Amino acid sequence: MRGVLENTTVRFLARRLAYTAVVLVGVMVVVFSIVQLVPGDPVRIALGTRYTEASYEALRAASGLDRPLWEQFVGYLGGALTGDLGVSFRNGEPVTAVLLERLPATISLALAGLVIGLAVALPAGIYSALREGRLSDGIVRIASQFGVSVPDFWMGMLLITLFSSVLGWLPSSGYVAITDDPLEWLRRVTLPAITMGIVAGSIMTRYIRAAVLDVASMGYIRTARSKGLAPKVVTFRHIVRNALVPVLTITGIQMATMLGGVIVVEVVFAWPGLGRLVFDAVASRDYPIIQGAVLLIAVMFLLINLLVDVLYAVVDPRIRLS
Amino acid sequence: MSAVLSVRDLGVTIGRSTIVDGVSFDVQRGQTLGIVGESGSGKSMTVLAATGLIDAPGAVVTGASRLGSTDAAGLDLVAATPTQLRRVHGDRIGFIFQDPSTSLNPLLTLERQLTEGPEAHLGLTRRQARSRALALLDSVGIPNPSDRLAAYPHQLSGGQRQRVMIAVALACDPDLLIADEPTTALDVTTQAQIIDLVRGLQEERGMAVVWISHDLGVIGQVADDVTVLYRGEAVEQRPIVEVFDEPRHDYTRTLLDARPVLGLATPAPADPNADVLLSIRDLDVSFPITTATGKSTVHAVRGASLDIRRGHTLGLVGESGSGKSTVAGVLTGLTEPASGTVTLEGRDIFGRRGTELTQLRREISMVFQDPFSSLNPRMSVAEAIAEPLRVHRLAAGAKGRRGRVEELLELVRLPREFADRFPHELSGGQRQRVSIARALAVEPKLMILDESTASLDVSIQSQVLELLATLQQDLGLTYLFIAHDLAIVQQMSHEIAVMRQGEIVELSSNERLYADPQHDYTRTLLAAIPPERPRAAASEA
Amino acid sequence: MTMSEKQAPAAATPPSRGSLIGLLLQNKVTLAGCIVLLIVAVVAIIGPLVAPYGVNATNVVNALQPPSAEHWFGTDDLGRDVFSRVLVATRVSLLVAVASVAFALVIGVVVGIVSGYTRGWLDTVLMRGVDVMFAFPVLLLAMAIVAILGPGLLTTMLAIGIVYTPIFARVTRGSTLSVAVEPFVQASRTMGTGSFFILRRHILPNITGPLIVQTSLSLAFAILSEAALSFLGLGVQPPQPSWGRMLFDAQGFLGMAWWMSIFPGAAIFITVLAFNLVGDGLRDVLDPRQRTILEARRRR
Repeated sequence: MRGVLENTTVRFLARRLAYTAVVLVGVMVVVFSIVQLVPGDPVRIALGTRYTEASYEALRAASGLDRPLWEQFVGYLGGALTGDLGVSFRNGEPVTAVLLERLPATISLALAGLVIGLAVALPAGIYSALREGRLSDGIVRIASQFGVSVPDFWMGMLLITLFSSVLGWLPSSGYVAITDDPLEWLRRVTLPAITMGIVAGSIMTRYIRAAVLDVASMGYIRTARSKGLAPKVVTFRHIVRNALVPVLTITGIQMATMLGGVIVVEVVFAWPGLGRLVFDAVASRDYPIIQGAVLLIAVMFLLINLLVDVLYAVVDPRIRLS
Repeated sequence: MSAVLSVRDLGVTIGRSTIVDGVSFDVQRGQTLGIVGESGSGKSMTVLAATGLIDAPGAVVTGASRLGSTDAAGLDLVAATPTQLRRVHGDRIGFIFQDPSTSLNPLLTLERQLTEGPEAHLGLTRRQARSRALALLDSVGIPNPSDRLAAYPHQLSGGQRQRVMIAVALACDPDLLIADEPTTALDVTTQAQIIDLVRGLQEERGMAVVWISHDLGVIGQVADDVTVLYRGEAVEQRPIVEVFDEPRHDYTRTLLDARPVLGLATPAPADPNADVLLSIRDLDVSFPITTATGKSTVHAVRGASLDIRRGHTLGLVGESGSGKSTVAGVLTGLTEPASGTVTLEGRDIFGRRGTELTQLRREISMVFQDPFSSLNPRMSVAEAIAEPLRVHRLAAGAKGRRGRVEELLELVRLPREFADRFPHELSGGQRQRVSIARALAVEPKLMILDESTASLDVSIQSQVLELLATLQQDLGLTYLFIAHDLAIVQQMSHEIAVMRQGEIVELSSNERLYADPQHDYTRTLLAAIPPERPRAAASEA
Repeated sequence: MTMSEKQAPAAATPPSRGSLIGLLLQNKVTLAGCIVLLIVAVVAIIGPLVAPYGVNATNVVNALQPPSAEHWFGTDDLGRDVFSRVLVATRVSLLVAVASVAFALVIGVVVGIVSGYTRGWLDTVLMRGVDVMFAFPVLLLAMAIVAILGPGLLTTMLAIGIVYTPIFARVTRGSTLSVAVEPFVQASRTMGTGSFFILRRHILPNITGPLIVQTSLSLAFAILSEAALSFLGLGVQPPQPSWGRMLFDAQGFLGMAWWMSIFPGAAIFITVLAFNLVGDGLRDVLDPRQRTILEARRRR
């Protein structure tokens, strides 16, 4: 019994791992082509007014753009796997080092946003579904529709206007590492995290509501009722528990939205994370940085979803024991 | 004798429509009440309303339903509060539902699903509830119950799941068991086992049972009394034997006459020396199956061989998963065979290309099972029937096609005006007639009927079967008649092939198969069919 | 049982065009969404004609004026009339959204139908490609495309169009797959009907519901994406006014000129909300069973 159990789980995870690897190769191809697709000479464009013959040749050689295409790709692939993503066009710093320096700020913000989103979405979505068709359900649905429709950067600006400019309660920008001063980090992360949390939470509220409604209409919920179980037991042991399985997937996918949303929010709140980095890099045409950041964010998304698959295998006996 | 459940003048309305109207019945201890009716008769709604488990939004229930006593001392389940209902649900009333694949929670072990009722109602500890669950699994005939307690529903077969569901329903020793179409989703052999199981448990425990079914044969096997529901009204309520012997209401008579019964009818004889139209030799089919955990292969058909003579009907019977529909898929090009040969009029049908292939599609046509999904909801009846005419250029221009469509409609006994209707404006039986007209449009040499009447109510089913028989006579059609119901197959087929797990286990003439079945499986199948007479009649005699 | 049968025909019945609109407008929230969209569309057409001031008419003396009778939405740091700019920017927002979603719809539907109908290796390749696209957040991918091609109106449309193509491909493929296994399609195949006829007469008419819903929702998200790109200075370029760019300009004045950020932001919000509400209403009518995880991938 035990052996079989491990066997199917391992097989499931092996398939997901292989799938992730295939998608990862695709992601690499896309990221690699960013610089290749630039009409004209990317190095020249990046140098702009700083152009000199010598600096041009040096940068071109350093970035490997003088080599044949396939050699460049193999080089990029190999480099990416060993953590070498080239050097910045702007100041020659290694891309990997730049990314790693910015990563903690982005992760701490995204996680804070996710926590706020889930803290809103779980109770709101479940409550709304259980009271389907009532006034309170209608209010949650309209409120979540508002949250889905609001531009996140505008939301951030409104929050800054209210809490920083008018009330003066919280700082409007700036970053302090959580390891340096947790309390100050919390003060500074609050507004950007709320901005992200409202948008993400609204979307997730809608999915959680839909997932709970789906489960509530299942035959086994009628069975649970026919056993005369207390409503609390039916709701939590049978409905919510089962609805959380699809919600897990949604949360994983939602991370892509969070990682996208983080860009504008970082710009609004001057938060020195990956988003802000990409923003600056696009403005200065620093292609290696753009490539590195895009790759890193896509890899993070793939890893999160791989993690979701692992959790799935743990939670759902149909995968564990098929 | 005091009734376990006594229902008086029960009504259910949703909005302006009346679903159940003035139904009354009593169920006695140790007795079974059968409630029979076709789809839309309100039979499930009646019982759900009577037991306070109704969950349809906006349903308004009137009347009374007393549990435990006919006098006012009993609890009226219609007027009871949710708390009062919860106290009796699962404790004094147990429920079994139709589809065992959805009625158990996929994420909980069998143990948890069996123990939560007794823990809530009887105040048992986990350990006490566990040993009770063990005993329950044993009593419903699950082998190795102590191993199975930790299993999840997806690890069981459909029949086993329904057994577990019965164990769940009986967990607190209820006075009343409600069984809502408990065998409809099951194969006939499994159905027979479940019927025996419930009867045995009833004798042991003396509970009252309300058994809902659309199938009079099943009701005959389980019920002492029967209530016939028609459009929300109880049109006949008497002991089962009386209803079977002298039905009083026209509707009951229709139901009785229309139901397929073994040994009642055989098809008009066909020329025994007719030439072989279709010949299948050593057919093998396998499918790759991809699941979340990997790929595997299912061997759907193994080494099947059979011949169909011109003007004959070959009945292909088997339970779900026997591979009978896969054979149809191979003949119509929907499924690729792994090996074997199939010839139509002596010419191989595999490997044909171009016009030869188009010609083949004209020579074999098919009618599918589900009348609701086998017609495109966005095409009118005329467009649907004209499709094969257009593909094979069988009629000249729009006018020619229109004329042919009207002819075909007449052939299947539908009015010409139906040509301009859309499928959602037709009933199930009418849609199936349209499908038949569409299959006839190409003047096929072989017509495949894949469970073509299985989704219809019995009264409609018998009419469609009659139409098919008449068409065969008039047009000299050859049928491959695929079905799971041996009685219908007997009524329609000249030769019969019995399939099990991809193999044809028996192939013989109609007369021989029923009179002298050779294979054990055929005998099991035949034994599982509910007999014509109700079981209660046998015990009285 | 009775209930499910009572409901089944309603779900299976394709409403006729007239009754569909009737059903849609019965819902008051959807009706409100439709009215707002109508107003937005009218503004997009006549906005430049009725705008009281020139969009780039600077008047430094009049800078940062709060809303008044002359300037309903106030003036910005260069003294430009915010109301006029919001009106005129409507057209470009709608234009970008419609053009990019049309692009995504056409390409996505072709890819999705080919993928879903042919199955096999082509399907696998196309869908892996879609998976790869889904690994990038929409805005990030759009920014990368702008980084390649340089900012501008056409690039913005193309970038947003490309990033929303995969979702249409996936919705189309999913619907095609589920329609292709319907017995009426199987029946058609057994008759020898050609693929073209099957696609045109059986599959396309039966997948329009989900596609209409997706189009409406994608229009909402395309407007948001365009606004975000313009906000980052990568979308619509000055002197052409755009809502996102106006918000970018407002950043430095959050405390002192709230009107500079409130009004353009509200314009985006209201337009997006209207598209979302109509999309939801359409889904309730056209595609009631589709409460899928797919939807999670629709945004940004």
